[in-house]
Amino acid sequence: MTTGVTTSAKPKVVVTGIGAAAPNGVGTHDYWSATRVGRNAIGRVTRFDPTPYPARLAGEITGFTAADHLPSRLLPQTDRMTRIALAAADWALTDAKADPASFDAYEMGVITASSSGGFEFGQNELRKLWSMGSQHVSAYQSFAWFYAVNSGQISIRNGMKGPSGVVVSDQAGGLDALAQARRQIRKGTPLILSGSIDAPICPWGWVAQLAGGRLSTVEDPERAFVPFDPDAAGHVPGEGGAILVMEDAERAVERGARAYGELAGYGATFDPAPGSGREPGLRRAAELAMADAGVAADEVDVVFADAAGVPELDRVEAEVITGLFGPRGVPVTAPKTMIGRLCSGAAPLDVATALLAIEEGLIPPTTNTSPDPGLGLDLVLHQPRPASVRTALVLARGHGGFNSAVVVRGTD
Amino acid sequence: MSGRRVAITGIGVTAPGGVGTKAFWDLLSHGRTATRAISTFDASGFRSRVAAEIDFDPEQSGLSPQQVRRMDRAAQLAVVSAREAVSDSGLEFVDLDPHRTGVTIGSAVGATMGLDQEYRVVSDGGRLELVDHRYATKHLYDHFVPSSFSAEVAWAVGAEGPVSVVSTGCTSGIDSVGHAVELIREGTADVVVAGATDAPISPITLACFDAIKATTPRDDDPATASRPFDRSRNGFVLGEGAAVFVLEELGAALRRGAHVYAEVAGYASRCNAFHMTGLRPDGAEMAEAIRVALDEARVDPTDVDYVNAHGSGTKQNDRHETAAFKRALGEHARRTPVSSIKSMVGHSLGAIGSIEIAASALAMEYGVVPPTANLRTPDPECDLDYVPITAREHRTDTVLSVGSGFGGFQSAIVLARPDRRTP
Amino acid sequence: MPEQRFTVDDLTRILTEGAGADETVDLSGDILDTDFEELGYESLALLETCGLIEREYGITLDDDTVTEHRTPRAMVEAVNARLSATV
Repeated sequence: MTTGVTTSAKPKVVVTGIGAAAPNGVGTHDYWSATRVGRNAIGRVTRFDPTPYPARLAGEITGFTAADHLPSRLLPQTDRMTRIALAAADWALTDAKADPASFDAYEMGVITASSSGGFEFGQNELRKLWSMGSQHVSAYQSFAWFYAVNSGQISIRNGMKGPSGVVVSDQAGGLDALAQARRQIRKGTPLILSGSIDAPICPWGWVAQLAGGRLSTVEDPERAFVPFDPDAAGHVPGEGGAILVMEDAERAVERGARAYGELAGYGATFDPAPGSGREPGLRRAAELAMADAGVAADEVDVVFADAAGVPELDRVEAEVITGLFGPRGVPVTAPKTMIGRLCSGAAPLDVATALLAIEEGLIPPTTNTSPDPGLGLDLVLHQPRPASVRTALVLARGHGGFNSAVVVRGTD
Repeated sequence: MSGRRVAITGIGVTAPGGVGTKAFWDLLSHGRTATRAISTFDASGFRSRVAAEIDFDPEQSGLSPQQVRRMDRAAQLAVVSAREAVSDSGLEFVDLDPHRTGVTIGSAVGATMGLDQEYRVVSDGGRLELVDHRYATKHLYDHFVPSSFSAEVAWAVGAEGPVSVVSTGCTSGIDSVGHAVELIREGTADVVVAGATDAPISPITLACFDAIKATTPRDDDPATASRPFDRSRNGFVLGEGAAVFVLEELGAALRRGAHVYAEVAGYASRCNAFHMTGLRPDGAEMAEAIRVALDEARVDPTDVDYVNAHGSGTKQNDRHETAAFKRALGEHARRTPVSSIKSMVGHSLGAIGSIEIAASALAMEYGVVPPTANLRTPDPECDLDYVPITAREHRTDTVLSVGSGFGGFQSAIVLARPDRRTP
Repeated sequence: MPEQRFTVDDLTRILTEGAGADETVDLSGDILDTDFEELGYESLALLETCGLIEREYGITLDDDTVTEHRTPRAMVEAVNARLSATV
């Protein structure tokens, strides 16, 4: 009965374009040039006066002038994160040499992650509401702050009418978005812009993040965010992320596109309820992603760590990595030590970084940290490490118990 | 994992007019409206002062004092609805593999109410630009990132598989269920507790909808303020609520003898790529979403027995949507009952898509189509059978439910009897 | 009343502040009778603009101002009519 039917593997999904925006480099070229050599960009907050707050450091994007990239009509109606996301989407499409006009509108979609939406826009409107009255609230508040705004604005700017979406799972969401993009590509949409940009560095966003209890109050920019270090005392928040062009591999080849690599595996889990005493879900997420990609532990060339910078969470992650790969069994890096944790933008940027590491054969370093040797990690420290990198595992965790993992693999 | 199908086996609804699915259906099937003058704060300075509020006491609904303290109202509504859905499903969650159980919760505006109130405090009534962290609640981070909603539901039901919030504006409630269906079909999960919640009735929401004149200013007649498809319609009525479902792989549900409300047979979402708030009158992208969802369900347009409309009651939406139905269903659009429950329970933004899926499943269950309340003066531009005023007995084997939202998102979902014949 | 008069220059200033300006349109040219749509302003931009005018001039415009007044000339006249009504 099944003669002639072949059970083919699931279609491959590749990344063909990267638009990165980070505190140490805006645009993929500048970002990678800075990251590959470990250039730090953590400093005292400049976007507002941080003096009254116990945490005063951030990874801020400098040198991004929205008006240079976007029409003036878009500026009054967009939060900073949306402006950066629109520019990053443009860069990703340019990098992929993908002209939206050459695709059918329904053949392109946009799937992004968000953590807190356009929080600064919301802050400004809340301030007007409570200090001046409801008539002073902008018409744009009806969408400029909400979680779906980046997907909506990117789809409008680029004429993309296909399956679109937005996922929120704190920092893990950035990987969940990429996986959802892969899912929609496999269901038949050839191209999806995916990833995330977040930018909640404003007083209101600062107070909200302080409430989470994980911000480092260390004053020294080189000692404030030191994951896996015995002195780890929280993280420094940052802004930015990456937007990626993801495509069906065959269609990408047909149009002559170059692929950085394949999103080969994905897994997502949720921790047991607090107080259960059972094992957190991070290891299971990594195992699911590796099984999905069909890679064994000895095929993984580098792990991009979530690197919470909170001792208990660092210990859990180190145990997962040594449990899967053995003590010092795989190079591990956390370039986010240069720029801070970027909310939902962090993980897509790590995926972009992994693909750039594969392309150059160079693992970017983890900066500032002096890891606890007892954790058993082979952390790539201070200097980049030349290495033949074909397969990378990217880990991400979100507040509340979210765990996601992605395996990317270079194309042959 | 191909061939896996997805069943709704449990429903929990917390909507205006009463807590629980029974109260919800009672309201709909009697065509009563739950829209009223805003009672939870002084709305006298606003243009639109009418809303569909729930008389909801979280502790009476079973939440502990600590749960109440840490959760925004939207999270409370979600957890209460999830518990009702679990109980309704008859599924013993303690016996499930937690790793194969997921959660997807939709929400358009997250913890808006909590954020609004917190901002007022930390800014001391808007006075402080550098808001004062010493006055912030410990739980502010959970309002900051609304994935806390799905975390709360996951803890409540013991899920440890894929857990996330889907936030696509006013189609979130459809997209969340659609995403859950994808997870079960592809084999990532066997059971997903899926739905949506929003509790947006707060000064900041009223203010921004006032600014774009999207909400109705019919403050002198709150009970008939929401008038989808009526010639006198002039905006939507803000609502709040949650609906959550237990979704299971159909074969497993049938084997355990579960009551199956419906199969979620097809789903699709498209973007208009046109405008953040505006709609082109032709409804082309919504029609495309409908076409793809019906195709996935292997349902012919002429098999649709009932259309649960977005029907927000704005001038542009109802015209747009009517055009989309005609475009997607052809002449059959004129022969099919179409109704908007927003006439009764208002528009709860990201939640309403799931609340409308609940209404659709219950319409199949009881053989009754809920009406479009307050529809007394037909609009020549909206010329379908909108089931005005009174619910109608009508056997329904296949329902199409749609949503449309800011950002340009257009979503469609198809519920059908699992034993229907497919071509 | 004359010092309260609302001019097309006031309108373009507020439009630009509240909604930016389309790079392909010269707002300093003769735009009085050009449809807002052609100037690059859709209803949302005009709603924001009306809100800013209302607050700056302390007036309330009718709900249908945006849909009824499709050109700068019509909008300026509508605002001036409201300004004289409130004096």
